[in-house]
Amino acid sequence: MAFGVEQAKRWISIANDHIQQQKQYLTELDQAIGDGDHGLNMARGFQEVVEKIASANYEDLGSLFKDISMTLIAKVGGASGPLYGTAFLKMSLALAGKKEADDKELIAALEAALDGIKARGKANVGEKTMVDVWEPIMEFLREKGSIQAKEAALLAKEKMEHTKDLEAKKGRAAYLGKRSIGHIDPGSASSYLLFAALAEALEG
Amino acid sequence: MKYVSLVLISHSEEIVNGLKKLLNQVQPDVNIAVAGGNDGEIGTNAFRIKEAIESVFSENGVVILFDLGSALMNAELAIEMLEKTDRIAIADAPLVEGAYIAAVEAGLGKSLDEVVRACEQAKQMVKVARSEAE
Repeated sequence: MAFGVEQAKRWISIANDHIQQQKQYLTELDQAIGDGDHGLNMARGFQEVVEKIASANYEDLGSLFKDISMTLIAKVGGASGPLYGTAFLKMSLALAGKKEADDKELIAALEAALDGIKARGKANVGEKTMVDVWEPIMEFLREKGSIQAKEAALLAKEKMEHTKDLEAKKGRAAYLGKRSIGHIDPGSASSYLLFAALAEALEG
Repeated sequence: MKYVSLVLISHSEEIVNGLKKLLNQVQPDVNIAVAGGNDGEIGTNAFRIKEAIESVFSENGVVILFDLGSALMNAELAIEMLEKTDRIAIADAPLVEGAYIAAVEAGLGKSLDEVVRACEQAKQMVKVARSEAE
């Protein structure tokens, strides 16, 4: 599998398409258990990212992911800004100087992204956050040793749906306690969209 | 700058602007910077927080107070983006009461650690004394 600047740009562009289409859905999920801004924030942030990276030329994956990170941090607001911003910042550090990443390198970069998300949000599996999607996916990819993006996306969907059964321990949803059960976590939903987009980008 | 400075972070620009006004009235000598909202909307922004820290930074130190969850993440991110980070502390305190205590203590010339400790006491502050019977 080749994962270079073009593939990475396609990934983010497809992710943006999904987020724009699902903006209302993400907002509704967040209205149920959060502050209701997830769809709007993600849509605004990723739109800015796509505009920023479309016209720019990147020598390596590191500089592309750095731009993605900085734009998300500047534009998203809410919890998803620092979380996704940190995730892409860690990817940019892991992929610095690389024109292309092989499977092992991309897995390592995604692993660094997950570590960044966990450190920033101080969250672990089972707390009804995006970690409930990221962690099992990274376990799966680590075990496979190759980017099986389609299977990973299916797993992401399953894990996103599983957050419905969990009680929120982090973020605004934690204020609801047990009343957060029965709703999908918005961050896990947007994370699923990212992994679904990665699978599509690598297929084509 | 003689005193420890304060940075106030809120999801709402109005909250921190209003709070700064209140604190200036109590203690006009302490430097206070605010980082409220995100592009005029509700939210927080790491770059804006970074600028706020830089605008009041001195060797005496900076205490950061914030309102809700994601403000903390953006504050930590802002600090990581700065070159000098050793004289910056995030206080685990309620925003209004904590900032009030911080402004008073900073104005008394207390050290960074003392200001942080004092404003974190705001968590235990009794605001309404209830009798045993209630």
